[in-house]
Amino acid sequence: MSVTLEHYILLGTLLFLIGVTGFLIRKNIFLMFMSVELMMNGVNICFVAFARYFGDMAGQAFVLFVMTVAAAEAAVGLAIILTLYRNRDTLNADEFNLMKG
Amino acid sequence: MTEIALQIPNLKAIWPEMIVLVTGLTVLTIDFSLPRLNKGFLAFLGALGLAVAGIVSYQTLLLDVPTEIVGLTADPYAQFFKIIFSVAGVMIMGISVRFLEREQYHYGEYYALVLFAILGQMIMASGTSLLVIYVGLELMAIALYILAGLFKRTPRSNEASVKYFLLGSFSSGLFLYGIAMTYGLTGSLDLSTIAGAIDGRGASGLLLLALIMMATGFAFKVAAAPFHFWSPDVYEGAPTSVTAFMSVGPKAAAFAALIRVFTVAFGPVRIEWTTLFIVLSIATMVTGNFIALRQTNIKRMLAYSSIGHAGYLMIGLVVGGEIGTASVLLYLLIYAFMNIGAFGVVILLNRVGGVGDQIDDFAGLAKTSQASAFVMLVFMFSLAGIPPTAGFAGKFYIFMGAVQAGYAWLAVIGVLNSAVSAYYYLRVIVKMYMTDATTEPTLNVSTAMSAILFVAVVAVFVIGIFPEFFLSLAKSSVASLL
Repeated sequence: MSVTLEHYILLGTLLFLIGVTGFLIRKNIFLMFMSVELMMNGVNICFVAFARYFGDMAGQAFVLFVMTVAAAEAAVGLAIILTLYRNRDTLNADEFNLMKG
Repeated sequence: MTEIALQIPNLKAIWPEMIVLVTGLTVLTIDFSLPRLNKGFLAFLGALGLAVAGIVSYQTLLLDVPTEIVGLTADPYAQFFKIIFSVAGVMIMGISVRFLEREQYHYGEYYALVLFAILGQMIMASGTSLLVIYVGLELMAIALYILAGLFKRTPRSNEASVKYFLLGSFSSGLFLYGIAMTYGLTGSLDLSTIAGAIDGRGASGLLLLALIMMATGFAFKVAAAPFHFWSPDVYEGAPTSVTAFMSVGPKAAAFAALIRVFTVAFGPVRIEWTTLFIVLSIATMVTGNFIALRQTNIKRMLAYSSIGHAGYLMIGLVVGGEIGTASVLLYLLIYAFMNIGAFGVVILLNRVGGVGDQIDDFAGLAKTSQASAFVMLVFMFSLAGIPPTAGFAGKFYIFMGAVQAGYAWLAVIGVLNSAVSAYYYLRVIVKMYMTDATTEPTLNVSTAMSAILFVAVVAVFVIGIFPEFFLSLAKSSVASLL
């Protein structure tokens, strides 16, 4: 059996969906953040597969940008999570309910 | 030795972006090399850079020779949005200084981050490739995540920042998947090439999936229902000056990219996405305006009001064409003045640590400070859409466009929502003029703040009384897009 474009897209989509599900059901902020990273990597696989299929470099370039953005986002995100943890001593999303209405 | 062919791209296309970038870097450099310098100077420098960027954009708009550089265009449509971002940025600089001093979070990075966020917004508005739009979006979003958590010792600010960060990155993940599927379908990231590839092929299931994913990503950014739930918490918890910024800049930028992507790239399947946005528009208007009715916190009320306004703006998107798109541009310009102005008055009133954010704190303001009560009255009238303020003109053109395009029923829903919204705006006015003060408000007036509020009030009246000039400017701006 040969591996076709569909297999890669299926894999990417599956990873993306695992990320979405993880984001929606996890209660720990850290794990929610990791799920988002999983979503992005699922998309990256799709991009690379399409780029290879079309023989077009734009998709490959896009992946590099996504990875850079994800790194910047991780730096900022971890700093934010750390500040929150210092003030609140918890990472449970259900406990962050100071604001309601 | 081989000659390296050096091709200098046409940098004229990105003058405003370069000015903002250089200003941001200058502010950052000055801040760490001269730490004792008064931070107000950095705000002044930032405002100056943004003013220059705005003027350059205006001149390019009038010249109307679209110049392009890979993935970025300087068409009048982008220039109009750059003017809005610059105006909003200058106002934010003005209202921030005294507020941050008082809260003892007066860092130079604040101004640099605001400038970088505006740079991201400008890139979003002028991007003609999905890659450029995505990078602009993230540049803006990452700067805003930090800004929302600026008050790092305040748990509310932390919470706002984390919520904004998680939901923001989740939504850009969805947006990214939409881009990947569009790329997979068309083999291109360039908006007009995408349009060429999907033209005549009709809407396949995969295209609809890509459309829905991208629309969801944008809906998160403009805070449209049912993807609005983050915005009230974030608006309430973030520092008020940042809330003012978040309610205008990112919304305008997201609309700029949304309109460009959907009219240019997905123009051939317009019928398919129109229904989607009609549903989103109605849900957004109803959710925003009805939940705003029972808010007691002014920042939260303005958050729901801003959700409602996103609903009106989507009517303009649905209508499309010259009048529909132009009315969205005009409305966003007006919205920048009136919404940042309203947040300015909230800042004026509030005392350290979020005290003064309640609507009750406005009680009896007319007796203690006639001027600030009047200013708030003007902004509330304008947000409610009462003539002769600019808010009326903005809504008038959006609803008129809807009637002309055969969406009269949608315009009726909009007008009814607008009537509902008048109730909660007028409640603030009633509080100010007809009740007695419970506590003595301490106003924190500064020259910059007074100047900004004065300009905003004048702008609200000028645009309200002479809307034709601004509408014709918006109309000539959208011509390049259609």
